[in-house]
Amino acid sequence: MADTGSARAQILGGIRKALNSAEGSEEARRRLATHPRNLIPARAQRPHDEQVELFAAMATEVSATVELLGGMAEVPGAVADYLAGLNLPAEVRVAPDAALDPIPWDQRPTLTVTKGRARDSDGASLTGAFAGVAETGTLMLLSGAERPTTLNFLPDTHIVVLRRGQIVGTMEDAWDRLRAAGGEDGANGALPRTVNFITGPSRTGDIEMRIELGAHGPRRLHILLVED
Amino acid sequence: MQPTTHAFPENARKALSDERLQKVLAIAPAGFVNRRKQAADRLPEFEALRDQGRDLKNHVLANLDTYLEAFEGKVTEQGGHVHWCRTDQEARDAILGICRKVGAKTVTKGKSMISEEIGINDYLEANGLTPIETDLGEYIIQLRREPPSHIIAPAFHLSKADVEGTFRQAHTDLPADRVLDEPKVLIAEARQVLRRKFQQADVGITGANIMVAETGSTVIVTNEGNGDLTQILPRVHVVIATIDKVVPTLEDAALVLRLLARSATGQETSAYTTFSTGPRRPGDLDGPEEFHVVLLDNGRSALLGTEFQDVLRCIRCGACMNHCPVYGSVGGHAYGWVYPGPIGSVMQPALLGVKEAGHLPNASTFCGRCEAVCPMRIPLPKMMRHWREKEFEQNLQPATMRRGLALWGWFARRPALYHAAARMAARALGMLGRGKGRFARLPLAQGWTQHRDMPAPEGRTFQQMWAEKKAAEKKGTR
Repeated sequence: MADTGSARAQILGGIRKALNSAEGSEEARRRLATHPRNLIPARAQRPHDEQVELFAAMATEVSATVELLGGMAEVPGAVADYLAGLNLPAEVRVAPDAALDPIPWDQRPTLTVTKGRARDSDGASLTGAFAGVAETGTLMLLSGAERPTTLNFLPDTHIVVLRRGQIVGTMEDAWDRLRAAGGEDGANGALPRTVNFITGPSRTGDIEMRIELGAHGPRRLHILLVED
Repeated sequence: MQPTTHAFPENARKALSDERLQKVLAIAPAGFVNRRKQAADRLPEFEALRDQGRDLKNHVLANLDTYLEAFEGKVTEQGGHVHWCRTDQEARDAILGICRKVGAKTVTKGKSMISEEIGINDYLEANGLTPIETDLGEYIIQLRREPPSHIIAPAFHLSKADVEGTFRQAHTDLPADRVLDEPKVLIAEARQVLRRKFQQADVGITGANIMVAETGSTVIVTNEGNGDLTQILPRVHVVIATIDKVVPTLEDAALVLRLLARSATGQETSAYTTFSTGPRRPGDLDGPEEFHVVLLDNGRSALLGTEFQDVLRCIRCGACMNHCPVYGSVGGHAYGWVYPGPIGSVMQPALLGVKEAGHLPNASTFCGRCEAVCPMRIPLPKMMRHWREKEFEQNLQPATMRRGLALWGWFARRPALYHAAARMAARALGMLGRGKGRFARLPLAQGWTQHRDMPAPEGRTFQQMWAEKKAAEKKGTR
């Protein structure tokens, strides 16, 4: 086993010698505290309605599908119809997320709904999201006791419920929302264990540079965009 | 990985006569080039973002100690561990130590160039563990026991028929008469086989495209989702990354991300960008119970304050190799070690020494395309020139070359004589080549004429024509 204590001292010492810096830099500490923004492309800096349109267009471009719903009450029907349309079993594994509690699953008794982390046998999952990033059509999902990350990757089909008001312009806007939410779960500003930015379904170009969907993660990403 | 960089001329010769490889190289790099251009053209701010990316990384390097300490502090605060390692051996030992401590048998791996640099797979295998690459391209070349030939497309050099052959040989528990003629089917088979491995793994190792000092997060960017399954299913997540990957804040990570995918694959953004911070939290239903960052130097800090410091801005997008005429002719394996293309021609002499890797900075046409597309605006050709100077200083070139350079240097310092000699040579070659306009063979220039004809000069030197043009202009304006 390496003596990592002295490795640390040597690496940092070598850097300080090369930089001629004895006790670190005030400028760097200020940057960490204030986290200034860099250049933000104009693309997503527009009124919210247009951001929603941009989000849907960008997500569709990378082979996600987007369905507009009037309210949470329409979710069970939309999920059942979506799965039936693809000839998939009427079963969905749902995140035990309080934000999804308003979904009236009992309206669709033929749809089997279970809650928890993903299991090997799960074909379809449904989760919420923390935000949607219009610039690239990206979903931002946070891990947590109510939001197991395995649901985002193990099943073949991932359905995401995103409320219209959750769509922001850029990744920076999404970070600001997360900071304002206190890092979620009141974890004194720390990020959740896993923050996933998801843009379309899983893909690979590793065989002869041809893009194929469904490499390791979901083959399908279906976004239910719900009016607030 | 045992470097064969010293054998670059032989490696290159082999690659040039490898018909299968030449077929791949004739098509594949152009795909990357076109897609990058489309993505860059679509974002009006792309060039300005490149300037900011360069400035950001320069700022990071100037304050590297502060940012690394801040990163370490945040990782520890979140219940993770940072293992500082000076050398590849220390990094291998740190990783093996973590695996041993939890009694690991199977280790899944996301794609990481640093893991290639330290040769972790061979080391784990030699110590009785089973490492499994999960990125499709890496998985294929691991089965074939080959090194990657491209930093973002490791199986770049293979055709689907090659992959089919490899899978038939490796997946012997599947029916021998199955049809495997399409990429889609091959991918589905790999997915199925690797799903079982993901479930068995005790430890998952990933690289990091970025480390965020503000939050103690490591960031990986993938399209397949394998890097995510690698880190959320096993009990332990180990990140292997070098010190140059740190950025100050989440905003700075966003800047790097806007440049990375566009430069690499021409995507607006990759399918999955994942920020990992510490181990799973109390109450979490999944995620790793332990989080380790193996923070490797391996010669990087020694580049600070030298003429090679700028190379530490690299974000490993691969754009330089995609646009390189040399890489496009010989492929990645000829470079003989982890990093091919222009970035390899600068990194490899730094990490392996000029003696081992001195051929690489010479394998350049100095066309400048690498620098023109580098998202971090790294002056790669200038650095290759610096390595050539070092090679000359260290007396490493063959005697004939040194004598030739000395002779050229003698003439170059005497302009009148140089021009007279050049005029004579141009006139003589012009007369000799008047018939065909080219030479298929020339004495002392076999290295050139073996692979292509030497065009015959038309009888006058550039300097002569320039002088005549100037004189004519002067006459005209009078």
